[in-house]
Amino acid sequence: MSNPAPDMGLRRELPERVTRLAWILLILGVVLYGAGYLLDAKRAAFNNVVGFLFLASVAGGAIFLIALEYLAGAVWSVPMRRATEFLAALTLVVPLLAVPLLFHLHDLFHWTHGEAVAAEKVLAGKAPYLDIDFFIIRFAAVFLVWNFFYFLFVRNSTKQDSTRDPKLTTNNVRLAAVFMPVFAITVTLTVVDWAMSLEPNWYSTILGVYYFSGTVLAALSAATYAIIKFHENGYLPNLRRDHFYSLGALLFAFINFWAYIAFSQFLLIWYANLPEETFWFIKRWKEGWEYVSILLIIVHFVVPYFALLTQDSKMDTKRLKLMSIWILFAHLLDLYWLVMPTYGEGIPFGWMEIGFPILLVGLALVVLSYKVKRNNMIPVGDPKLERGLSFHL
Amino acid sequence: MNEQHLFAITALFDTPEEIVHAAQEASKAGYTRFDVNTPYPVHGMDKAMRLKPSRIGVFALVFGLLGVFSAVGFMTWVTLVNYPLVIGGKPFWSWPAFVPIAFEVTVILASVLTVVTMIVLYFRFPNNAHPLHDTPYMKRVSSDKFGINIQADDPKFDEKEIRAFLGRIGGKEISPIYFDAEEFEHGQKLFDPKFLGVLAVTALVVSAMTYVVFNKVLYMEPFSWMSAQEKLKAQQPSELFKDGIGMRPPVEGTVARGFLPYAFKGKPDEAGRFLANPLLSTKEVLERGKSRYMTFCSPCHGNFGRGDSRLQGQFPNPPTLHSDKVRNWPDGNIYHVMTDGQNIMPSYATQISKDDRWAIVQYIRVLQRAQNAKESDLK
Repeated sequence: MSNPAPDMGLRRELPERVTRLAWILLILGVVLYGAGYLLDAKRAAFNNVVGFLFLASVAGGAIFLIALEYLAGAVWSVPMRRATEFLAALTLVVPLLAVPLLFHLHDLFHWTHGEAVAAEKVLAGKAPYLDIDFFIIRFAAVFLVWNFFYFLFVRNSTKQDSTRDPKLTTNNVRLAAVFMPVFAITVTLTVVDWAMSLEPNWYSTILGVYYFSGTVLAALSAATYAIIKFHENGYLPNLRRDHFYSLGALLFAFINFWAYIAFSQFLLIWYANLPEETFWFIKRWKEGWEYVSILLIIVHFVVPYFALLTQDSKMDTKRLKLMSIWILFAHLLDLYWLVMPTYGEGIPFGWMEIGFPILLVGLALVVLSYKVKRNNMIPVGDPKLERGLSFHL
Repeated sequence: MNEQHLFAITALFDTPEEIVHAAQEASKAGYTRFDVNTPYPVHGMDKAMRLKPSRIGVFALVFGLLGVFSAVGFMTWVTLVNYPLVIGGKPFWSWPAFVPIAFEVTVILASVLTVVTMIVLYFRFPNNAHPLHDTPYMKRVSSDKFGINIQADDPKFDEKEIRAFLGRIGGKEISPIYFDAEEFEHGQKLFDPKFLGVLAVTALVVSAMTYVVFNKVLYMEPFSWMSAQEKLKAQQPSELFKDGIGMRPPVEGTVARGFLPYAFKGKPDEAGRFLANPLLSTKEVLERGKSRYMTFCSPCHGNFGRGDSRLQGQFPNPPTLHSDKVRNWPDGNIYHVMTDGQNIMPSYATQISKDDRWAIVQYIRVLQRAQNAKESDLK
């Protein structure tokens, strides 16, 4: 049984160069965003939607992973929970990313044009839901709810560091039970509002689950990367192959889950063959988009599937690091594929598409370095910590 | 009594930690032929015993691939060779529809056959003789103890040394296990005719008994007062008639109500000359005609009668309804084609009622007028 190292759980700062890099990336990202909005507001807004959905999925998925740990009574993930909590802190800043979008709703959403809604029977029927005021209320409500749960989870978890009160774990378990259905609804609302309503005539009942699989993958790979980096640099010294194997296995499971859901969505629409649904896929199967679609299958499923198939590869930290970055990129590509065909004009790929994600990385790193400075790296008061550290497969 | 051979020296431990430690020590000491018995799976045992990864995964892969190829192969044969059927206007070989079935067959073959393989190869089914069976040691390790046994065929086997070793690592109740070579070597084999015979007889007897019990012994007719009547039911034979047929055909020349035979069968020109449309070109008639046209005609002739439906190219293309020939036909000719068929178009008399056919004729006239308007229509 491994005993906790003497310096375990101390607050430590990230190295100076990481913090500096984080701020440089953040400022560079803000400058790029500004330039994008000045030069081509419509294109910048569409890219902004991709970036917003990306970081929202990391933040929401991280809260989901915290809740999952409590609800399932998982032991293995306890020593690493703080990394997930740090990522969940993004919930506080993600709404800022959507603020510029609120000023460009007309560029993004066909349904905001009154004359278009009046002319189309389907849109008129959806008008009570697709209403700008209601849209903003929903957006605010989703992030209020996420921040509320994030705040309670993390408050209980950090309080436990000093009080070591096992009742706080029970509280969080109850909270997690409430959060799960709430998360299911809010994550669906997010993707329906920001991605599905870009094509207001289209609907797919499975899109919420589709985005959910992406959120968990994004949060999990971001957490995996952070955890391995922490481990390698001595922030989380007590992790072993068994812990990494569990992370890898969960990643592998959700890779399959994503493919399962993505194919289910395609199969149902292909089978029913209704013009009001198929046009969405047809749009992604012409004018070059078919190559992006095939690339998405390869990048998001085939490559990670084979890269994480064997038992050894799930424990190999080098492989896991590579695959978590890969899957984050794949999720970005997934959202690009989801959002950008509506922008039109072929396959938009230029400095905006490459440059905008810099802001996301910068934002995540700044939040991470800020949280690392103010928190213990390990939940030292968690009653399951001892068992988590000595976790065996 | 047969000769008793030594199988193994066993020792018991109290906790999972102790047994993991014992396994580590045993492999460190160089023993290879030893095994561990625990009441439940103990984590980390593979590593402690220095076991190689199981090769059962190879079987799973082979059976999984077998599942994919047999499922896709079977569906390909059905949809392309055995019974090609247009479903929803999709190509015959529609791979997306195959994916769920291929997936299910893969999973079921891989899991079931891998378990069967494990039982046959590793557990030597149907031979269930094992020296550990029915020993006090087995009874203890299947309730609350953790046991290790070092087997007599280990290259480093030495009874005294092993007893000392097991005592040193904390083992309790160190004891030998003997087995009856006769029973062990002459155990059941899978392809033994006697075994297969017993299996077949068992299957037959069980099936026969099931049949007899459920269909004869326990069979009860539930509330049969009305259902069992002394009368002939459809398709039943009858001895009353010479030909033995219960269902009597109608007398020759009988005409059912509403089913007057079509007088112009095979005579399109006469139909054109003698038949007149009984319906007027009113709004109701045209709407009825349009709805029937969209249901029955448009799949081949296209929504506007141009012969440009999505089925184009799968059959000889239906001709356009806007040709001079069709436009100059009297109503009766068009009615005749629907009633009697033409070229590969079959008769629609059974699907579309007489009035509806005449309504369709009126609607086709509207389509023709829309495509080739007369001068007077423009005024």
